Amino acid sequence: MQSEQIYVLLADDDVDDRLFFKEAFEEIKIKTNVQIVKDGVELMDYLKKPGIKLPHILFLDLNMPRKSGMECLKEIKEIDQFKDIAIVIYSTSASEQDIEQTFVKGANVYIKKPNDFATLKKILTEVITINWQYHTSGLDRSTFLLSL
Amino acid sequence: MKLFIKYDINKACKKLLEEQLDKMELNYAILGFGEVEIKDNLSAERLKVINNDLGDYGIEILETQKNILVQKIKDAIIEMIFMEDSLPSSKISFYLSEKLGYSYGYISNLFSEYTYTSIENFIILQKIERAKQLITTNELTFTEIAWKLNYSSVAHFSTQFKNATGLTPSAFQRIINKRRTATIEE
Repeated sequence: MQSEQIYVLLADDDVDDRLFFKEAFEEIKIKTNVQIVKDGVELMDYLKKPGIKLPHILFLDLNMPRKSGMECLKEIKEIDQFKDIAIVIYSTSASEQDIEQTFVKGANVYIKKPNDFATLKKILTEVITINWQYHTSGLDRSTFLLSL
Repeated sequence: MKLFIKYDINKACKKLLEEQLDKMELNYAILGFGEVEIKDNLSAERLKVINNDLGDYGIEILETQKNILVQKIKDAIIEMIFMEDSLPSSKISFYLSEKLGYSYGYISNLFSEYTYTSIENFIILQKIERAKQLITTNELTFTEIAWKLNYSSVAHFSTQFKNATGLTPSAFQRIINKRRTATIEE
């Protein structure tokens, strides 16, 4: 079996959501190392900390206090060092326009937040599995788009 | 004169491994004892050569045989989808089994065990990747792309694309084009 871990970073201000995500990741077959930050400012501080292991994949809540997911996305995309991080946006909004806008701004995955745990787990499994394929098969990240 | 030497076996092995991997010009990180992350994508052939070279020092890549075969399966699928002008007309299972010299059942089980996905899903993923490439060059119509990738119709292609990415081919094309325009404007 593969022994490599996927490093996941989650930025979300909602306590319940964070717990939800954490639990879902624990049940996924692929080994993940999950770190959590509570808002956009904390996220950018975390990423810029010297010597940290950058996440393979970042889950970004759109609505966060202090600094929104959209602002973070824009900032991250401007920093070359972060170019390999797959960015997953999740939000309660499912408007086609919002989705397309986040993709244009450089997001890789857009998740419409589900209401139940089983669906969330299924979605996260799918995201992590596909990202794993990108990671291990050298697929082109610049055209990695997924909307769930 | 007789000297008594004490050595740290972990340190010695690590140093030796570093020297060898440096010599092979690999982009790597030693993660812990007995675990190395290679950041380049290695072909099955290259992996075999590395394993052979390291073998001289008593270092062996574990599970190499199976890993190599998995890599070979991936290579064969990618070659089939990307290099050849049109996909083989025989069944893909037959093509792979013929090419690799193992039964399809064996190949398929091994693949699932090592990659967290099935061969079928991997093929779809690669076909969609190829389609994305073709879409972003803006040279072929969706109908031509569907034809090239062996879909029975453009509707079938669009459906599979939507299932795999959540986006229609035209939405995908629009997003990529907008991204490009945005980069040019900046």
